[in-house]
Amino acid sequence: MLAVKTNKPIILTEEIQNKIREVIEQYPEGKSKSALLPVLHIVQDENAGWLSVEAMDKVAELMKLRPIEVYEVATFYSMYNLKPVGRFLLEVCHTGPCAIRKGEWLIDYLKKKLRINVGETTADGLFTLKTVECLGACGYAPMMQVGEYYYEFLETPEKVDKLLDDFRMKGFNKN
Amino acid sequence: MGKKILLEHINKPGIKSYEIYRQNGGYNSVEKALKELKPADIVEEVKKSGLRGRGGAGFPAGMKWSFIDKKSGNPRYLVCNADESEPGTFKDRYLMEFIPHLLIEGMITSCIALESNLGFIYIRGEYKWIKKILEQAIAEARAAGWLGHNILGTGYSLDLIVHPGAGAYICGEETALLESLEGKRGNPRMKPPFPAVKGLYGNPTVVNNVETIASVPWIINNGGDAYSKIGIGRSTGTKLISACGNINKPGVYEIELGLPVDEFLNSEEYCGGIKDGKMLKAVVAGGSSVPILPAELFYKTKKGEPRLMSYESLSDGGFESGTMLGSGGFIVYDEDQCIVRNTWNFSRFYHHESCGQCSPCREGTGWMEKVLHNLENGHGKMSDIDLLWDIQKKIDGNTICPLGDAAAWPVASAIRHFREEFEWHVEHAQEAQKRNYGLLKSTKEYFSALVV
Amino acid sequence: MKVTIDNIEIDVEPSTTIMNAARKVGGDIVPPAMCYYTSLKGSGGKCRACLVKVAQGSTADPRPMPKLVASCCTNVQEGMVVQNITSPEVMETRKGIVEFLLINHPLDCPVCDQAGECDLQNFAFDHGRQQTRYDFERRTFDVINIGEDIKLHMTRCILCYRCTMVADQLTDGREHGILWRGDKSEISTYIQKAVENDFSGNMIDVCPVGALTDKHFRFRNRVWFLNPMDAHRDCKKCSGKVVLWMRGEEIFRVTGRKDQYNELKEFICNDCRFENYDSKNWIVDGPRDIANESVINANHYEEGTKALPKELYSKLNNEKWENV
Repeated sequence: MLAVKTNKPIILTEEIQNKIREVIEQYPEGKSKSALLPVLHIVQDENAGWLSVEAMDKVAELMKLRPIEVYEVATFYSMYNLKPVGRFLLEVCHTGPCAIRKGEWLIDYLKKKLRINVGETTADGLFTLKTVECLGACGYAPMMQVGEYYYEFLETPEKVDKLLDDFRMKGFNKN
Repeated sequence: MGKKILLEHINKPGIKSYEIYRQNGGYNSVEKALKELKPADIVEEVKKSGLRGRGGAGFPAGMKWSFIDKKSGNPRYLVCNADESEPGTFKDRYLMEFIPHLLIEGMITSCIALESNLGFIYIRGEYKWIKKILEQAIAEARAAGWLGHNILGTGYSLDLIVHPGAGAYICGEETALLESLEGKRGNPRMKPPFPAVKGLYGNPTVVNNVETIASVPWIINNGGDAYSKIGIGRSTGTKLISACGNINKPGVYEIELGLPVDEFLNSEEYCGGIKDGKMLKAVVAGGSSVPILPAELFYKTKKGEPRLMSYESLSDGGFESGTMLGSGGFIVYDEDQCIVRNTWNFSRFYHHESCGQCSPCREGTGWMEKVLHNLENGHGKMSDIDLLWDIQKKIDGNTICPLGDAAAWPVASAIRHFREEFEWHVEHAQEAQKRNYGLLKSTKEYFSALVV
Repeated sequence: MKVTIDNIEIDVEPSTTIMNAARKVGGDIVPPAMCYYTSLKGSGGKCRACLVKVAQGSTADPRPMPKLVASCCTNVQEGMVVQNITSPEVMETRKGIVEFLLINHPLDCPVCDQAGECDLQNFAFDHGRQQTRYDFERRTFDVINIGEDIKLHMTRCILCYRCTMVADQLTDGREHGILWRGDKSEISTYIQKAVENDFSGNMIDVCPVGALTDKHFRFRNRVWFLNPMDAHRDCKKCSGKVVLWMRGEEIFRVTGRKDQYNELKEFICNDCRFENYDSKNWIVDGPRDIANESVINANHYEEGTKALPKELYSKLNNEKWENV
């Protein structure tokens, strides 16, 4: 399947460009390609949580790589989103240790509550629901990652509702 | 209370900060390594300690270090494997989150031993906040003179880089990790050459797990002999076990190797027994890859000896009746859990995480997942069980890296020990469809929560 | 170094792979290779078709190796004892590898241009089972054009990575690559982009299956109805040594010259491959040697070559040809 260009150019602020330069300079001379994963993380965070073709082309240009080298890497790792996502990407773990402690319940509950399926985004653009494999929080199941942090022990409807309300507030305040 | 080495100071308030860590003897091993010991002495101490790799394979760390090629004169690298992704394992996260300086100290001391001037910590991308904690700790250590140029005036220089992954279990395999660190897809390399000869950027490299590196400071401070006296037989020292599943007290525990499994599972000090007073059905003792054991084989070996938490005791009986200590991801299943569904779940995991480079793993993991999905959902045939057995056998041992083996073992052990349950799923298709983890789907609690 | 492969002892240079040692002997004991390609650096190890058993590691350390090893990337040791077709374990494993490679393959040989010269077809014929045990939907992909001359049927691909190595090692920059991972991996350009450079056509020749095919040749003829002729021309970009696949005077396609292991001796440029379909542009050296067991030979193409037009016939300068 081929990707479609959005034709929206990516503009990175001076600050972000400096941050990228700093990351690249950490690595030994001539090994700047090593910075590809961290740089993609930075650009994804800047680009509303996903990597468009333009964003990846920009990374290729900044790092003096061929675009295909960036596409190859970006499609390999599951943390890079190649389609737009909502303001809050709910990444719910569904691997064994979580699943035996209500992990599957958490997914079903979120589906009903948000009225979306896994992989979909709510109409207001606030939430995207995604299932992920083991995040290393097996003892604190069920859990999900949202942005930088983990939210653990989400075993009751009350806890999940509270969390979603908090996100809605945050989303509301920022808009 | 068993001996604590890694988590000795974990409950001291502020141990996360440099000052408190230093007040509790932190960074003494660096001073000793630079001023009193030669690099070869440090390697010798680690060899004497009998410390084995804590990432899963259990290879002696000192031996791994001694393989590194120092003759070529090429730069050498130490890479810390913090890509903790094995289902059931969350111990490295605990260590890095709550006592980050222990890993930094271990990195510095280990780099001195390997005569390396650049070290990397490859941390899984999802641990975003822990990456910041480590970077903070590195900045503090640098400010205090433990990193950078001319450390303690000895002329030795060292830098550490924290490198994030981006969501790939395969990057826990050391050569895939190195590829990823070079900014490429995480495809494991053919071996030989091994990283000790040709690793990162083609230079000699040692890759060690977080816990392995964090054990080094204690060994240098107290001597390899002292460490080797802790534990049992060839399983020396202590090990972090991350306990999860249907137990009362999930969490990370440091145990002295040789602790009886019964005590670990049922004592208040550790797991606190099975949740809700249920019976034990099975245990996966070392992360999802290792063979699952039914309760009776878990408590006692085939010979009737009580099983201990050690490399040797857990693997007693081979794969026929034993398992492995692995990474220390300890998953407990109570009487209500469904082994078929769990096996399907793990198969889905390996299918999702296969890099796709070699054909048995690329095609076989997906095939196993599909067959298991049918069995779990009441569409299976009796012949599917034998088919599964044959598929896993064709994957096991025939792939480039151990992910293929890791995908095959849970399937093999589930069929070996729980064949009746697979057959039950074929014979009782409708009931099988209803069944879910802990039979949750058939309970009122499950449905009532879903009415929104 | 002395090594023994299937009870045959041979002497080879140090740092020879088991595969190449076996090729020195030739015949049945040569392990099949679906991804290894001698002239492509870094190829091999992926398909696992060439797995063999090392019954004795070396004279110095006679222990057997614990797992089967990929013969294309394992070097021989003095005194190594290798079992290939003499090991039931190896043959059983190979059966499994065929099965894995085929579960998502469309088995569309009847309409595939590669049929008759397909490594996977031969491999399956030699080692496969009669019917499949896989009863799920097969993985499918859209057929995509990568440039003017090449068509990509990803459904047929076995992910040998050879074409990406051609692009890396022969051309001035790669436009296509391996995307996604696991069984979702696919060869693609990711965005609509043509692969255009002077040597891209070699990707067709190194492809072991019908994933990359010559657009000019698609559905025009079956290879076993054609007469492969060695020919050459003066070319500034490459050696100009090619094989013309002809019927009468008409050239249906141009390929590089492959050896008995289906590997190109020399890579040829796209001018030779795609731009010279006029037989007047070529000097014909004579009929191509094709292995006896090949289906291409079944059509007795020497007969056909006699019907060549006169002016071409007169250009023939090969002794071999005169003997026909």
